[in-house]
Amino acid sequence: MNKLAVENIHKRYGATEVLKGVSLAARPGDVISILGSSGSGKSTFLRCINLLEQPNQGAIWLDDQEIKLRPGKHGMLRAENRKALQQLRMKVSMVFQSFNLWSHLNVLQNIIEAPVHVKKVPKPEAITKARANLAKVGLNTDVEQKYPAQLSGGQQQRVAIARALTMDPEVMLFDEPTSALDPELVGEVLKVIQALATEGRTMIIVTHEINFARHVSNRVVFLSEGKIEEEGPPDEVLGRPKSERLVQFLSGTRWNAAS
Amino acid sequence: MIDLIKQYWQPFLWGSPNHISGLAMTLWLTVASCVMGFALALPLSVGRAAGPLWMRWPIWLFTFVFRGTPLYIQLLIIYSAIYGLDFVRNTPGLGPFFKDALNCTILAFTVNTCAYTTELLTGAVKATPRGEVEAARSLGLAGSSLYLRIILPSALRRALPAYSNEVILMLHATSLAFTATVPDILKVARDAYADYYLPFPAFGIAAILYACLSLTFISLFRKAEQKWLKHLPTT
Repeated sequence: MNKLAVENIHKRYGATEVLKGVSLAARPGDVISILGSSGSGKSTFLRCINLLEQPNQGAIWLDDQEIKLRPGKHGMLRAENRKALQQLRMKVSMVFQSFNLWSHLNVLQNIIEAPVHVKKVPKPEAITKARANLAKVGLNTDVEQKYPAQLSGGQQQRVAIARALTMDPEVMLFDEPTSALDPELVGEVLKVIQALATEGRTMIIVTHEINFARHVSNRVVFLSEGKIEEEGPPDEVLGRPKSERLVQFLSGTRWNAAS
Repeated sequence: MIDLIKQYWQPFLWGSPNHISGLAMTLWLTVASCVMGFALALPLSVGRAAGPLWMRWPIWLFTFVFRGTPLYIQLLIIYSAIYGLDFVRNTPGLGPFFKDALNCTILAFTVNTCAYTTELLTGAVKATPRGEVEAARSLGLAGSSLYLRIILPSALRRALPAYSNEVILMLHATSLAFTATVPDILKVARDAYADYYLPFPAFGIAAILYACLSLTFISLFRKAEQKWLKHLPTT
């Protein structure tokens, strides 16, 4: 019984094939880290899951129900209709590397916007949920009326996480959530993500934080040149890497197996 | 000079109930054409920024024609040439409309400001940060919700300073209305000049009135910016 299953995703940009048949299955409560060097296709793969990128080939199942895809322009796959796409995106939330908070809305408005206008949750209920999630990510009500430009990077990313949480998603996708943060602020965001993991949320995280991947995820996937090179429990993949590419990648990041 | 002011102060400011002139007329011309032009420019700019080719191209052509030709020529064609067409004169709705000078003038100004405003808003929509649009899509916002809740509020705020510029320019452009016999500030000034041959008082008063109107618009837009642009970083 898989929460999310993605099969045989191919993605081409013009003549370059970025994803060459990537499959992934996530059971409820799985926390999967995707590692790889730049250009390996990990962000592209993540964005194919919620159809922000249109794959050329592949299939997506959410809660064992297939999201039917049909070919659109230039042979790229899209959801069969707008409603199906919206249903998918209501259940799969994404947190971005550059936070992507709406700059003209304050923190509270950012968080309640989607629940009120997509899920049609009544505004008072959305506000209560938003406040609860703000507390969960470690922000107090002082920041509610502030605009994103008035917050630090770590605060903005935590608001973005609260925004994704308030949609009550089945699966959460994180696209390099700490890559754009000052080193001092990385810790506070990783703590939040770790807390969500212990809660039992199904999460797929593209990250460069290898220590984090080792301690928080229950499965690590190493992507190289558009294909899954290795996959398995973190101790196995990161502690005893089998493929040469992975050994090279890990030594390049100066990660020590003993730490 | 005192006599000029005594005779013409009322026409300069508002005229009479049946014959509005001067500042009141200029204000009416500016506000009417800007409001209607803006209302039309909103959907046109969304179509131009995000629509299919069959929508983008005609809108581009429209903005090219009306930004690529002088406002004066547009006014002349709408005021003098269109009523000359047999088909216009004989159609029940069109004939009376184009016969009236004020209608033609407001139409010309509206279409002109619409073209400029469309290009302005198109640029603002296209400049919406891509990440913000992606985040909105990733949370399920699409179609009219996406535009009305995220893209347009962001774009309109971005366009506010430039649009205030357009309105001030339109205010000054309405001084062309006198060529279509519409009694705006400049028409009254020319009448006063023709009467007294005192150019400095006649045109000086006109200039002061335009400056007062400009100042009013500038203050209103500054208040608008204080309200709508407070989300921007302060450094």
